Amino acid sequence: MTRFAALLCLLALACAGAAARAQDHPPEPIGRRGPEPVAPEAVAQFGDLRDPIVMRGAVDIGAITPVLRAFLATRADLGIRYEQWGSNPLGTETRAGCAGRAPAADLVMSSAADQQVKLVNDGCARAHVSEATARLAPAENWRNELFGITREPAVIIYNRRLVRPEEAPRSRDDLLDLLRPDPTRFAGRVGTYDIEASGLGYLFAFADSQQATTFGSLLEAFGRTGAIATCCSSEITDAVISGRLLIGYNILGSYALARAATNPDLAVVAPQDYTLVLSRAAFIPRQARHPEGAAALLDFLLSDRGRAELTRARLIVRFGAPEEADLDMPDGASSILRLIPLSAALLAADDRQKKRLFTERWRDNLRTE
Amino acid sequence: MSEAAAPPKLRPRVASIGTRLALAVALILSGGGVVVTFAALAYGRDAAHEAFDRLLVGAANQIAGAIRIQGGEVIVDIPVSAFELMALAPEDRVAWRVVGPGGVTLTGYDEVGRPARATADTVFYNGEFRGERARYVSVRRRFAERAFSGTVDVIVGHTMRARDALAWDITSKALLVLGLAGVLMVGLAVFAIRSALAPLRRIEAALSWRDPHDLTPLEVDLPRETAIIVTAINRFMARLNDQMQGQRRLIADASHQLRTPVAALRAQAELAAEEEDPARLRAILARIRDRAVGLSRLTSQLLNHALIIHRAEAEPAGLIDLRTVAIRTAEESDHELFSSGADLALDVPEDPVWVRGDALSLTEACKNLVNNAFRHGSPPVVLRVAAAQGGRVRIGVRDRGAGPPEDHWRDAGARFSRTAGVTPDGAGLGLAIVHAVAKAHSGRLVFEAGARGGFEAGLDLPAAAGPAGEAEP
Repeated sequence: MTRFAALLCLLALACAGAAARAQDHPPEPIGRRGPEPVAPEAVAQFGDLRDPIVMRGAVDIGAITPVLRAFLATRADLGIRYEQWGSNPLGTETRAGCAGRAPAADLVMSSAADQQVKLVNDGCARAHVSEATARLAPAENWRNELFGITREPAVIIYNRRLVRPEEAPRSRDDLLDLLRPDPTRFAGRVGTYDIEASGLGYLFAFADSQQATTFGSLLEAFGRTGAIATCCSSEITDAVISGRLLIGYNILGSYALARAATNPDLAVVAPQDYTLVLSRAAFIPRQARHPEGAAALLDFLLSDRGRAELTRARLIVRFGAPEEADLDMPDGASSILRLIPLSAALLAADDRQKKRLFTERWRDNLRTE
Repeated sequence: MSEAAAPPKLRPRVASIGTRLALAVALILSGGGVVVTFAALAYGRDAAHEAFDRLLVGAANQIAGAIRIQGGEVIVDIPVSAFELMALAPEDRVAWRVVGPGGVTLTGYDEVGRPARATADTVFYNGEFRGERARYVSVRRRFAERAFSGTVDVIVGHTMRARDALAWDITSKALLVLGLAGVLMVGLAVFAIRSALAPLRRIEAALSWRDPHDLTPLEVDLPRETAIIVTAINRFMARLNDQMQGQRRLIADASHQLRTPVAALRAQAELAAEEEDPARLRAILARIRDRAVGLSRLTSQLLNHALIIHRAEAEPAGLIDLRTVAIRTAEESDHELFSSGADLALDVPEDPVWVRGDALSLTEACKNLVNNAFRHGSPPVVLRVAAAQGGRVRIGVRDRGAGPPEDHWRDAGARFSRTAGVTPDGAGLGLAIVHAVAKAHSGRLVFEAGARGGFEAGLDLPAAAGPAGEAEP
């Protein structure tokens, strides 16, 4: 590994700047920021950099780095330029790349699976068939063009110090019970994604609306109690750790677990009524300049070694008994896990009128600051 | 009869029955196979189209049903179930477009084309979607509300992977079944051909194991279709047997019949050698001459008999007029016999009397009848030809005599039936020849005693249709 001049250069770009701003002004308003610029939040490069594979993703550089390094350890001849994007700008950029208006990446992996499905439906992807892709379940492989790489649950987080164990929400109904009394001390202290700012937030909310009727009640309760909607897992998690928020809903489990590892106050719960599981979807764009390299990287990510690395990076979250799992799930994980399948059904989420109506309904209930 | 006869060479240009049947079956099967393959392809394609068209129209109807009017605006809240329905074709990309009044795209892909002709509210059509073949349905929904009046078209389409896969699946399964059926049919055909040809092999075996002198009928159990071969073989063998027996009998008869007169001649000749008296010597010589004449007649009759039996068996039957036979008989009759002045009268009809047969044999038979009449009957002798009556014709010889006693009639046709044996005048072979000729012509030798005295012996033969245009009534 030392042979490679692996350099990680965080570019001071928009989101990084926003993070810095958050620290500069402590009583920062949590909520929607302005329209995100179409540019990567950060860039890291690994291995042979003369003509690297360009991978764009919404995973933090810190989380993906060991995985990419492990791949390069098997392929000394390759180099990777990893660009970290927000899920919505990434969708915009990839669409532009597909239309030929912007340089295309070689591999695009996004948490906004609906947008990825739409891009593949638009014919932006090229097919890749290998032993690794053939092993995938139908829900994780669409048309041999779009592949599910990770397994990350949508979780509820809360602050152990501020929420008593008997109050701790184990399911959406528990959360509704906490928000029902008027007044409740949870008013204004529950945070969730702003579905307009976050592609992943939209996907989770949309999947929730398909799963159960609790979604309507939840939306109503959030609106009534003045819940906070914001762009990113990090903001909500920070706020829960600091105590400004008590509970975070639909937080990306991979991120929450990573933070909980260093913050004992942060409790992570997989909702017991059902737990949405996201598989980040990756495809090789049709205009990719290094499709073979991208295919090799893809096959690595789907291989046993790649999966082991992803598990270590908590991008594949293990469910089950506490001793070997990341997320405690005593009552039969399989019956409550709801993997969001990669299929044409996700296109409904991306229909423009549907999206507008859904967002309007959201906005009517939840006032973002 | 050479035993070492080499088996006849099979002429190569005559293909074996097995080959012909195999060719025919192969032709039928392959021809049918091609037809059925095309049918299976078409069927698979149609079935796949039908199945997935229903899916399409179901999704489109769901979307159309979800359209609502709110404040004069068309709201299309696409149900997720519509897309879940489309996702039942798991590998296919989905195209959709909802078109409001004035061709405005309300949602979906702007580039999705509309049907060329909207003849009905639901129209299927083929097209393209981003470089792939696609199948579309356009469903029209009409609104007539105060706030909004007009039509909204919902167009849903998908690429053809699932259709092609289903079509191929159906087709390949159909072809597999057909292939198995084909193999089964070939097997059955082979079995059928073999079992159909097996009787021939049994016949061959039965014939080759048989003693060459054994001409008894073959006893082989065969299906009706092949039994005719055995029947033909048996008929042929029976005829062969008859001929051989006839020859054998002829040789036996000849040796028996010739031995006595030759011995008599010898005895007379020896008598003559010792006779001194010229008058008695002359008498002996006269007897020798009589005997020699009788012997010569006997010999000629024996040979005639053999010849006629042979001709009756061997000569192809021609169409002949019995009147000609009568005339020729009259011309050739032994004038020596009736030089007494008695004449042979002819009684023939004006129209030809047709039979199938051998003119020479018939003439010979008639001559014998005429000779018999002159020899044993009393004149006048009439050679009569009777026109067809009930499909039979008759040529007969009538005289005024009483004829032979009726109890002789039955075995009159047998050879040397006359107990008298050989007489100087005749050997008794005459009627035997007539009988043989009658038999060879599928006819009968008949005797008739006339009501007012007289006697007729004749040949009763089946009538034949004359040459074209002269068919008998």
